[in-house]
Amino acid sequence: MTFMEKSGKIVLNVIKYLSLIFFSFWALLPVVSCVITAFKTDREYQETNVMVLPKSWLNFDNFVNAFNKAGMGRAFINSTIILVCVLLFSTVIGTQLAYVLNRFKFPGNTLIRNMFLFASMLPGVAMQIPVFEIMYKLHFINFLPGYITVMCGTDVIAIYIYIQFFENIDISLDESAIMDGASYFTIFYRILLPLLKPAIVTSCILKGVGTYNEYYMANLYLQDKTRFATVATSLYTFVGPLGSKYNLICAGVIISLLPALIVFIACQKQIYSGLTSGAVKG
Amino acid sequence: MSTPANAAVRKNKRSFPEWLRSRDGQKVLVMMAFLIIPMVLLMVFTYIPFAEMVRYSFYNMKYVGARKFVGMKNYIKVFSRKDCFGALKLSLYYMGGSVVQLSLALYLATILSFKVKGGSLFKGFMFFPFLINGIAIGFIFKFFYTRGFVFDTVLQWCGFSLDNLPYWLKDRSINNISLVGTSVWRYFGQNMVLFIGAIMSVDNELYEAAMLDGANRFQQFKYIILPSIKTIFVLNVILSISGSLSAFEPPYVITDGANGTGTYFVIMHQIAHTQQKVGLASAMAVVLLLIIFTVTILQKLFFKYVFKDSVE
Repeated sequence: MTFMEKSGKIVLNVIKYLSLIFFSFWALLPVVSCVITAFKTDREYQETNVMVLPKSWLNFDNFVNAFNKAGMGRAFINSTIILVCVLLFSTVIGTQLAYVLNRFKFPGNTLIRNMFLFASMLPGVAMQIPVFEIMYKLHFINFLPGYITVMCGTDVIAIYIYIQFFENIDISLDESAIMDGASYFTIFYRILLPLLKPAIVTSCILKGVGTYNEYYMANLYLQDKTRFATVATSLYTFVGPLGSKYNLICAGVIISLLPALIVFIACQKQIYSGLTSGAVKG
Repeated sequence: MSTPANAAVRKNKRSFPEWLRSRDGQKVLVMMAFLIIPMVLLMVFTYIPFAEMVRYSFYNMKYVGARKFVGMKNYIKVFSRKDCFGALKLSLYYMGGSVVQLSLALYLATILSFKVKGGSLFKGFMFFPFLINGIAIGFIFKFFYTRGFVFDTVLQWCGFSLDNLPYWLKDRSINNISLVGTSVWRYFGQNMVLFIGAIMSVDNELYEAAMLDGANRFQQFKYIILPSIKTIFVLNVILSISGSLSAFEPPYVITDGANGTGTYFVIMHQIAHTQQKVGLASAMAVVLLLIIFTVTILQKLFFKYVFKDSVE
């Protein structure tokens, strides 16, 4: 290797790592500054600069206060109920739909696919204007099952992930089961569904994070925040009179994003691959 | 085995319960059972509301109470009221932001798809903002941009003086850019992961062959990486334009549309849910949807044409 090539390689490496460090710094800074502030006492918060580290990393007062003030105990229960139901129902609905669309040829198959695709292009915020009226008529406002029902609706990405997965499962498997006299229900539940497990895990993680973080519809349809707040909407408690006590607010924010962080650390690979496979197809 | 003609005759003679037990009957039964719930949900929460929205746009109405047919008046208002259609100008900021976001994502994805020490850690750091809920993001950035707080402090470390720094969320000349910055912050990591996925799907032998042929990094980028992510890149460009037109979250959670940061959808949200002018808000939604569809179709045609050209 000549000197030029060598030094060129070193420069390239320096640029490479500097860019990574620079952008990682900006990606982390907003969150890390919140963590720092969340550990400060009221006095420290008022007297020191926000970027000065707290005296004690064991001062959990803000976390306890934020948890109680925002009623996050209730909120975590609500979010868990919503999460479990939404994941359960949307998995059953989504896999069944994908099964029919992938395995059966019938007139209207393409039409149904296109209907789901088109639905995903409609911006949610705009659609909630008329959906609000429908929710109102169905008495679904301030009604947990109502919100869950809305959240189970169309989810094209999951359907695409499932359809893609079905395409890779050999149809001769179905055919030999039919020869053995198995019904379609049996084929789906006994043979195909177990094989679909990796796809189910992937789309559940994506849908789970999305559901946990959803706040716009939760705010519209679960307006009674004392009873029906989710973890995300419980943070609305800090709007208003508490709006400048950032040590408290930051603690609340950190609590709310801990579950997402844990899931992320545990399931990085599935999240990445889920995003990629969903996006390429769409 | 019976001939098809025979089978057809037999089929006609079957009674309904018999047909139900046959393979064909089972098939239809399963299809109905599996399709009915998703289709009902799709109808009730997407297509019926969609039709309703178009109908509402011709009425002067609230959620409850009397409604009056007003013809095209709502549509005229959308274009004549200063706060409605004019708000679409703000989407230019968001389009600018998505250019930055996509190029940044592409740059970092290229770096990370080669061997890098601590690569997955960097990737995780930059991706994580995507997983934070919207309300938390609102608080994080209200805090981040507050006078003398996080952003100002870091800039002061770099030698800026606080007196020369603007109020990031109040100053009308800069606040939209601050908001766009939060959106770039949130999504560039996700774009990056998508691009890495696409780059990784290329067979490794291709890179080795290119190395052997003496291709440098830039040539590798141009002839191997770029073609491999063409589809997903185009998809993201298309998504980013419609996303910019319907930009909503950053101003909604951070400034609530104050000081000239109200994008089209933030204004629409306020008109629909605060002022309860459902008809006008519906008209706004319909207008924007038409624009988005037109833009999307034009873009698809454009890319089809351009890429067809480049292949030939």
